[in-house]
Amino acid sequence: MPERKVTVASRVGLHARPAAIFAEAAAEQPVEVTIAMDGAPEDEAMDASSILSLMSLGASHGDVVVLRADGAGADQALDALVKVLETDHDAE
Amino acid sequence: MQKFSGVGVSPGRVLGTVRQMPAPVTEPQAGDQRPADSTAEQEADRLRSASKSVQAQLKARSDAAAKAGNDEAKAVLEATALMAADPMLIKSAVKLIEKGISAERAVWEAGGTVAETLKGLGGYMAERSQDVLDVRSRIVAELRGMPAPGIPASETPFILAGIDLAPADTATLDPALVIGLATSEGGPQSHTAILARALGLPAVVAAPGVEHLQDGVEVFLDGAAGVVVTEPGDEERRLAQTWKEKAGALPAFDGHGQLGDGHRIPLLANIGGASDAVVAAEAGAEGVGLMRTEFCFLDRDTEPTVEEQVAKYQPAFEAFAGKKMVVRTLDAGADKPLPFLTDASEPNPALGVRGYRTRRTDPSVIDRQIQAIGVAAAAAEKNGKGADVWVMAPMIATAEETKEFVGLCREAGIKSAGVMIEVPSAALTAKSILSIADFASLGTNDLTQYAMAADRQLGSLAALNDPWQPAVLQLVAATVLGARAASDDVAKPVGVCGESAADPALAVVLAGIGVSTLSMTSRALPAVSAVLRSVTLAQAQELAQLALGALSAGEARAAVRAKLPVLEELGL
Repeated sequence: MPERKVTVASRVGLHARPAAIFAEAAAEQPVEVTIAMDGAPEDEAMDASSILSLMSLGASHGDVVVLRADGAGADQALDALVKVLETDHDAE
Repeated sequence: MQKFSGVGVSPGRVLGTVRQMPAPVTEPQAGDQRPADSTAEQEADRLRSASKSVQAQLKARSDAAAKAGNDEAKAVLEATALMAADPMLIKSAVKLIEKGISAERAVWEAGGTVAETLKGLGGYMAERSQDVLDVRSRIVAELRGMPAPGIPASETPFILAGIDLAPADTATLDPALVIGLATSEGGPQSHTAILARALGLPAVVAAPGVEHLQDGVEVFLDGAAGVVVTEPGDEERRLAQTWKEKAGALPAFDGHGQLGDGHRIPLLANIGGASDAVVAAEAGAEGVGLMRTEFCFLDRDTEPTVEEQVAKYQPAFEAFAGKKMVVRTLDAGADKPLPFLTDASEPNPALGVRGYRTRRTDPSVIDRQIQAIGVAAAAAEKNGKGADVWVMAPMIATAEETKEFVGLCREAGIKSAGVMIEVPSAALTAKSILSIADFASLGTNDLTQYAMAADRQLGSLAALNDPWQPAVLQLVAATVLGARAASDDVAKPVGVCGESAADPALAVVLAGIGVSTLSMTSRALPAVSAVLRSVTLAQAQELAQLALGALSAGEARAAVRAKLPVLEELGL
């Protein structure tokens, strides 16, 4: 299954506003995308379009997370979401 | 006609129809089963459609906040709208529905589990757990066909009635729609009362019974006398009409606070940020007697840097170029927790590590803030817009703490360093404290709470938690006397920046006791100024003696008001 490892760029981590932006972007994708902390078992991965899952993940600035998706358009979806995570939304 | 008596906390007489604050959503019973005639699929659909409509309501409020230019509220509402239809929340609730549980109970449990997880993460996430619980309540209310919790939406103005307002409700109150407030709980210094004074809304608190008034009932509310009556007659209509004319006719404050004989009592403003500073300057305030700095720190999970703080302080200083600006250092803890500084698990937060005391557990935050204030003051000066910046620490209890704080300020190049008098021990040792500090400012809200040992949110203790309590006034007098005893020549300034300064009658008493300045919400300046000008210093001193010698807060207030006919004339 295609996956990407990304470092969380947001200074406050995957909290509030950055989490909302990311969840909305994930919901717009044609495929289901999951998110997990790097090194966590794959079956613990959570729905990336859920703001509550993202918040419970508790990823801080500099943490590495793994995004996974399957099916048609999975690669494009992952690339789009990597961009969102690599942006520091608080710096905008 | 029904009459409800309580405590008047913000003057004004209005007529209006009642809208009740909806009762908090109650917990659906554990194990509550879905109706026998519905399938799991139907019940899940019911939940999905309720969650979608809550999401739409929150989204609409977020759009409205964006339109009003309130970006902070917009961001929070947008995130809660997402939570309302969160796929993980719905999925775990549907699992419970499949086991036979009702939609109401299922979303209640699923939301509770998420909130617990967030709470366990601590800090910022723990605070957000409240948002999840709010969303959960909204969905349950929607499923039950009950009104959404929070201030009711309405097209026409109304008098808001209820048990008490929470800080979150006060943030969403629209003063164009709410023309008065009546609550059964809360005291003179509760959130409801503070908000009412800041918005100039007539308000009565601690009036049992008002929480049961029917929606749509017409009432007359008198925020000075502290009464609400139903079926208003001609007399009430006349009083409301007179107030409407008089209150509008009160002259704007001319920027010169004084008694009738010319004795000067500069009137200053309490502000919470640079935008308030602009409003206060326009309202004629002679300076700022209390600049709260929490706005820089709240809603953050990391400490702002010195540069970030300077960028926020400097514009506020420049709005009062050439005038006095008293800055209070961070007052975190108790009802203002900060994830990176205070411990939310203290058993008794009002008596815990709050205000200046946070320096005992983490000195760096306060030290950096003092540094930032010094830098911002110097930068404003360099721009040719320097204010006369004074800095004070909240929750000082001893002369020893005073000495430490004054030392820190001197190192940062701050010329005037003082303390808040909020703890009775500070009032009682005012002579020692003021032989070290350059000034003192009485925070009467906390001083009252600590002197009377009465929580400010409790309606049942409203009569105790009242700044008119003679014991509180005695502590004010002790501070003034201490300041005089600490100095051989001119006594160091003692101001009041608590809510009591905004009560025109109490302002007269404080002036009579000998405080040198009064600082209040900008909106109270015209009324306080008008009433101060109706008395001479000798009369104010006489009224102060009456209040100091009274047997109760109610007696003190009544005795002083009876000698100030101007209050009735102005409808205050």
